[in-house]
Amino acid sequence: MKNNYDILIIGGGPAGALAAKTAAEAGNTVCLIEKRAAIGTPVRCAEGIGKELLKEFIKPDPRWIAADIERARIISPNGTAISLEQDRAGNEVGYVLDRKIFDRELVWQAAEAGADVIVKTRATAPIMENGAVRGAKVLSVGIPADIRAEVVIAADGTEAQFARRAGLDTVVPLREMMSCAQYLMTDIDIDAGSTDFYLGNEIAPEGYLWVFPKGNRTANVGIGISGRKSRDGSRAKDYLDRFVAKNFPNGKTIEAIAGGVPVCRPLACTVADGLMVAGDAARVVDPITGGGIGNAMYTGRLAAQVASKCIAAGDCSKEALMPYDAEWRASKMGTVLERNYKVKEYFVTLDDAKLNTLAESIAQSSLKEFSVLGLIKELIKRNPKLLLELKALKDTLS
Amino acid sequence: MLRINRDKCGYCGTCVAVCPEDALELIDVYLSLERECIACGICARACPLGALEVIHEE
Ligand SMILES: Cc1cc2nc3c(=O)[nH]c(=O)nc-3n(C[C@H](O)[C@H](O)[C@H](O)COP(=O)(O)OP(=O)(O)OC[C@H]3O[C@@H](n4cnc5c(N)ncnc54)[C@H](O)[C@@H]3O)c2cc1C
Ligand code: SF4
Ligand code: SF4
Repeated sequence: MKNNYDILIIGGGPAGALAAKTAAEAGNTVCLIEKRAAIGTPVRCAEGIGKELLKEFIKPDPRWIAADIERARIISPNGTAISLEQDRAGNEVGYVLDRKIFDRELVWQAAEAGADVIVKTRATAPIMENGAVRGAKVLSVGIPADIRAEVVIAADGTEAQFARRAGLDTVVPLREMMSCAQYLMTDIDIDAGSTDFYLGNEIAPEGYLWVFPKGNRTANVGIGISGRKSRDGSRAKDYLDRFVAKNFPNGKTIEAIAGGVPVCRPLACTVADGLMVAGDAARVVDPITGGGIGNAMYTGRLAAQVASKCIAAGDCSKEALMPYDAEWRASKMGTVLERNYKVKEYFVTLDDAKLNTLAESIAQSSLKEFSVLGLIKELIKRNPKLLLELKALKDTLS
Repeated sequence: MLRINRDKCGYCGTCVAVCPEDALELIDVYLSLERECIACGICARACPLGALEVIHEE
């Protein structure tokens, strides 16, 4: 193991992989460390991603696409379904991936571009000099070592401990942590072309339950509820078990996972001297959908692009790295994150009766735009009497 | 004090992300209490599987 690189990347998820690939292609010496024994496992994801978004980063490949989705359905507490069809295309229709293979492929491409990849190697603390990050202390298969670098990109996911230990506040407020559980189920009756989202305080308080197909009679069946709604006897797993017992009593569970999705605002600042934070660690998950794969790839790639310039210019101070922070905030992703955060804050206040009313108001309409924005516009248009109440939503559009 | 039920834990890291004291750490697939815990119970609330329990001793 070498112990000096231009760029050190912590975490081998989509953010770390894109950072490593981009940085290596730009001619840097790059090291990516991953604490787990294998890239991509265990999966902590429902594996859905928009087609257009995915294609910005990688050419779709049948090896890691489990299902091609034609429609999405949002199902309100009383069962009213809003169906969004592919021919009115947009960014929420997409693929269900096989992330075990997908994540490996991304890291594989980074390695092919020239990055060193070291698994079973955990960053335990940043190496700090005069307040600047200069690398990481690691435990590699149990053996301590120091890896020094001009820039460290922290892409360590929900836990985000690296940035925290370098002095950034990455703590997620309990109410904004989606506490999730998911089963990969087989032998169940589903619509193999539809991603289904179930809403309601009885089903998934301040969150939603999803059925994402992975083939004909197979799907990821999972749930996220707000951390503040989680308690003994009514935890994510309990809600999921109740749904499964009712809807798929004869299904077989071949994988069970748990996970957390931060739906808070992004970190106040995603750079420090010698440090950049990308992906879930930067809290750039869409607060409405909980989708973070695309945003992780986008921020990982951008971080590496900016880091490469700073290394070439010989200045990796916070100020020099700041264009990364400024650019993602000004980007489409940054704008959507801010808007969807406000939309989420509105939706968590709704009781089941209100959710039903809103769903019924647009269930029959043909939505021109397949997106969160399209939905909001339609809701406002169809509910003139509720306009005062929907003001919070309307304000998100301006 | 915090009790971790390793039979229930799914090693997902949710508790790590919400702990205000940075007391928990996920080491590969092993959750451990590494630093001073103030027994606030936030991690236990966030855990999707009910693997954590805060016990207040007299
Ligand atoms: C239940 C669930 C369902 C989801 N469903 C979807 C979905 O359908 N669509 C979607 O787009 N997103 C979904 N997400 C979110 C998505 O999984 C994440 O946004 C995405 O994986 C973030 O990528 P990342 O690279 O930032 O982090 P991760 O993929 O979490 O990767 C971080 C990596 O860093 C490693 N690591 C952590 N600490 C260290 C350390 N100290 N040293 C070395 N390595 C370390 C971890 O082991 C991990 O491999 C879901 C999440 C959950 C939990
Ligand atoms: S009880 Fe509080 S301080 Fe202790 S580990 Fe849990 S969240 Fe951290
Ligand atoms: S939140 Fe629960 S399941 Fe996840 S790592 Fe912590 S104790 Fe384990």
